[in-house]
Amino acid sequence: MERRIYGIETEFGLTHSAPQGRPLSADDAARRLFAPVLAWGRASNVFLPNGGRLYLDVGSHPEYATAEADSLHDVVAQDAAGERIVDDLRAQLQQSLDAEGVAGTVHLFKNNVDSAGNSFGSHENYMISRRTEYTRLLQHLLPFLVTRQILVGAGRVHPTGQPAFGALTPGDGSPSYSFSQRADHIWEGSSSATTRSRPMINTRDEPHADAQHYRRLHVITGDSSMSQTTTALKIGTTDVLLRLIEAGQILPDRTLADPAAALRTVSHDLTGTAPLELASGERRSALELQQEYLEAVTRFVDRHGTHHDRLDWVLELWERGLRAVAEQNPSLVDRELDWAVKKKLLDSYAAAHGMDYSHPRIAQLDLAYHDTSASHGLFHMLERRGAVESFVAPEDVSRAVSQAPPTRASLRGRFVAAAHDAGVNHTVDWVHLKLNGERQQRTLRCTDPFATTQEDVEEAIRELARGDV
Amino acid sequence: MAQERIFGTGSRREEETDTPEPTTPPTSGAAQAQRDTQGTDDLLAEIDGVLETNAEAFVKGFVQKGGQ
Repeated sequence: MERRIYGIETEFGLTHSAPQGRPLSADDAARRLFAPVLAWGRASNVFLPNGGRLYLDVGSHPEYATAEADSLHDVVAQDAAGERIVDDLRAQLQQSLDAEGVAGTVHLFKNNVDSAGNSFGSHENYMISRRTEYTRLLQHLLPFLVTRQILVGAGRVHPTGQPAFGALTPGDGSPSYSFSQRADHIWEGSSSATTRSRPMINTRDEPHADAQHYRRLHVITGDSSMSQTTTALKIGTTDVLLRLIEAGQILPDRTLADPAAALRTVSHDLTGTAPLELASGERRSALELQQEYLEAVTRFVDRHGTHHDRLDWVLELWERGLRAVAEQNPSLVDRELDWAVKKKLLDSYAAAHGMDYSHPRIAQLDLAYHDTSASHGLFHMLERRGAVESFVAPEDVSRAVSQAPPTRASLRGRFVAAAHDAGVNHTVDWVHLKLNGERQQRTLRCTDPFATTQEDVEEAIRELARGDV
Repeated sequence: MAQERIFGTGSRREEETDTPEPTTPPTSGAAQAQRDTQGTDDLLAEIDGVLETNAEAFVKGFVQKGGQ
């Protein structure tokens, strides 16, 4: 598909740290964090005027799902806006606690692991064509997803080395660094469950659109990205590979013998050269597989042209990211890719203080990198200092906090804003907009995710503005 | 700046207001090297200024139930 819908769902980590007092439990912190949401929308699961969704998920995680975006620019802006919205709740909770005289600091993390080995996700959604044979798509996509972490992993410190396969406890070796946060927590290639077996691709078929033409690819193996450019590369590379597969391009079969084991091998091998066993019996390294995908995509784009104005940027960073691993020179991408940005920071700190990665301070820095606070978060500290690249302008992120992208999300966003302003009870999901008014009860269906106007929705918004509902 | 606060009232991110402006990019190689060292020292000092003292307790204190 030349034009597709993207979305990112992020589960945030939340903790209240009170060295001198009694910290709030994770449940209490989450409940209090959502008090302003409850006051605003009478629920802890709401759709927002920017078309996105904010809710409390399994395990008291604040979760934000971006509105449907149809460009790399907009999905990155919406993702960054989501982080701001949830971080603003964090700041409000901090103010309340300070006013009450409760000691301690609330921290919100955009990461994927806690200290007890629990993992939480970053889920990417891609609208794909129903015509594409799904098993063939998975066949080519899985080896890509297993190996892309050498580009778009968020990086993780292991103070006692790589954990044993399947173990939730740390390893017992020497300290190390891995590309990915999430790789140690994924159990199989694809499945319809998310929490139980935790696969890479969730196959549950909920298109949230016209099911005759579209389906939704739900990728749940990725790390959350702090860096906008890492988010853009993650979505941009996956999109262009999907385009190639959807076009029926012939690719060699690189099915991995054991995707979950390969994911761990790749994550813990910073050289990118560890051999992975293929189902065919052959072996390929992560670098070799990624080079193959990049070459196939480059040839495809040479023949068929670019389908959006940032594709050259995507291909350039893809190539440079692989070169950084191949040449063992992370400085090639230490302004753009999270794993390298973080590693540079950790290495500088460790060198200045004569520490190695087994020191608790380094694990603290690893976590603090993902802190969403503008003042306490280490990624945001680097951003403020101009030490990392951005992908969208700051004003685009500000705008995305309150405005939906030009897709179906703009219908939903305007509907939610109008109903909220009119004080009319409403029920919304990705497809349906329902008014539970005193005079009218009506459900509107929006099945075209690209449509920015729809007459019955416009009429309902006008009625809400007139107070006729 | 656009209205950024969805929930509650008042201006958001007050803690941001007194943060320094990004430094201007350096020009020459020697100046860059010097500025990088200076910048790294500043950065590491700023990090030490915001991190909680007990690193181990801070990291161990972050326990979440599993998500998806």
